[in-house]
Amino acid sequence: MSAGVLHGRALARRFEANPATREPIWMKRLILTIALAFFVLFLFLPLVAVFSEALRKGWLVYLAALVEPDALASIRLTVLVAVIAVPLNLVFGVIAAWAIAKFDFRGKRLLTTLIDLPFSVSPVVVGLIFLLLFGAQGWFGTWLFEHDIKIVFAVPGIVLATVFVTFPFVARELIPLMEAQGRDEEEAATVLGASGFQTFRRVTLPSIQWGLLYGVILCNARAMGEFGAVSVVSGHIRGATNTMPLHVEILYNEYNFAAAFAVASLLAMLALVTLALKTFIEWRAGRVVTVDD
Amino acid sequence: MTAASVATLTPTPLLPRIARRVLPGFGLTLGLTLVYLSLVVLIPLSAVFIKAGSLPWGELWNIVSAPRVVASYQLTFGASLLAAAINTVFGFMLAWSLVRYNFPGKRLVDALVDLPFALPTAVAGIALAALYSGNGWIGSLLAPLGLKVAFTPLGVLVALVFIGVPFVVRTVQPVLEELEIELEEAAASLGAQRGQVFRRVLLPLLLPALMTGFALAFARAVGEYGSVIFIAGNIPMVSEITPLIIITKLEQYDFQGATAVAGVMLIFSFAMLLVINLLQAWSAKRTGRGR
Repeated sequence: MSAGVLHGRALARRFEANPATREPIWMKRLILTIALAFFVLFLFLPLVAVFSEALRKGWLVYLAALVEPDALASIRLTVLVAVIAVPLNLVFGVIAAWAIAKFDFRGKRLLTTLIDLPFSVSPVVVGLIFLLLFGAQGWFGTWLFEHDIKIVFAVPGIVLATVFVTFPFVARELIPLMEAQGRDEEEAATVLGASGFQTFRRVTLPSIQWGLLYGVILCNARAMGEFGAVSVVSGHIRGATNTMPLHVEILYNEYNFAAAFAVASLLAMLALVTLALKTFIEWRAGRVVTVDD
Repeated sequence: MTAASVATLTPTPLLPRIARRVLPGFGLTLGLTLVYLSLVVLIPLSAVFIKAGSLPWGELWNIVSAPRVVASYQLTFGASLLAAAINTVFGFMLAWSLVRYNFPGKRLVDALVDLPFALPTAVAGIALAALYSGNGWIGSLLAPLGLKVAFTPLGVLVALVFIGVPFVVRTVQPVLEELEIELEEAAASLGAQRGQVFRRVLLPLLLPALMTGFALAFARAVGEYGSVIFIAGNIPMVSEITPLIIITKLEQYDFQGATAVAGVMLIFSFAMLLVINLLQAWSAKRTGRGR
């Protein structure tokens, strides 16, 4: 989102008005038709299908599926996991971004790559890792058993797997943003006698707030929606260790499609809210940049 | 992510060390970052290699080269390559339409491109299975043509196309937005046809971004699990993906087998991470942009 560049409709108008950058009308129509057909087929229809399937047997069945005790337990667990995982990764993201964006040191590039690493690991492998560490046959398995601590097939394992897969979200939004903003303002504040925390709160935070919120929203969407990693460590105990995506799977595998899609529709609404907030933040952040110019 | 890799590419100025660190908190924040990173990511990840490495080589090889596992690699990598290629072509057209044309509903289309990032994979999986099954909206149209998608390898492809859409669009879109209009004007004024301008001027400039998008979509597709298993049918040797092999082995308490296959997938992930980093550096250099 660079400043001084036209965006959205204004940019497209400029391209369409200029004979050097516009296609013949038939070509434009062809490209648009193919692109939009692809969009409808692969993105729009699946979204519509979730709600249509959820309401296929009527509102009563829909609502009954949502207030059923196991469904409510899965909603509570999903929220609990997100409430733990998101703040942890938020704090980590800010700390890591401060270290990486505000200082020069050897191995900075490697560190940035390592922070992105969880995005490249298959969710199933993530789940397996925590089984290897904390499972009955794992490294700490015997010790945990002796001390009667349950991590795998219990809530702590689900939280750990979620923290792993959502690890990079906040950091990767903040690092480029804080690097682009430089260090001058913070250095001025420090020279004028502000403490490190004051500098962060009064100088850095106001200029990264939208990026921070952006990272948190994406982090939360993934935390609530993670399936593969959580599936391996959860143990699928109904009413106890089932998150919403796992509850959807169980209902689906029991051929209880209406209920599966009803719970799925809640997650789809979460996705829509996430996208709406994301669009709003992009618009706000874009406006801030333009005003600053 | 590009900005981070680019900024660190430029050599750090050789200022005196004392002058460089005016800001407080370097030791503290870097230390905490390293501790948290090690505890949550690095030490757990190393468990896979230590566990897999404790197996004798012969046994390790037998596990990762068993026919059923090899069939899963072929499906996973083949379908992921094809899905990434489909996404590169159509994702490019979608990015092009979003940047260069105005049409009703453009805002909505632009926002919904990120749906695969925001929609939980299990939800995507059951939605696609419902759409493409024999009595689904799309499946019932394809059935008279003798085309079965759900519960076949084609279903795997459909799911992988879905989850890969945003990678290509969101990599190509910003590059398209910042292309200098003068390049096309110059080419056109020198007498180039629109097709020539596209092939000789635009495509070379967009190639690194297209390849980065392709690599990102491919890397993501290989590890994907949630959206695939509902639509794949999961028939051994036919429509069973590699992540599912790991799950199956775990359900049989075959931890060594699961770990060995996971090791193969991890090595692949690291290789793709390297490739993607190199592509992004190239892309940034070619277009001269920070982000």
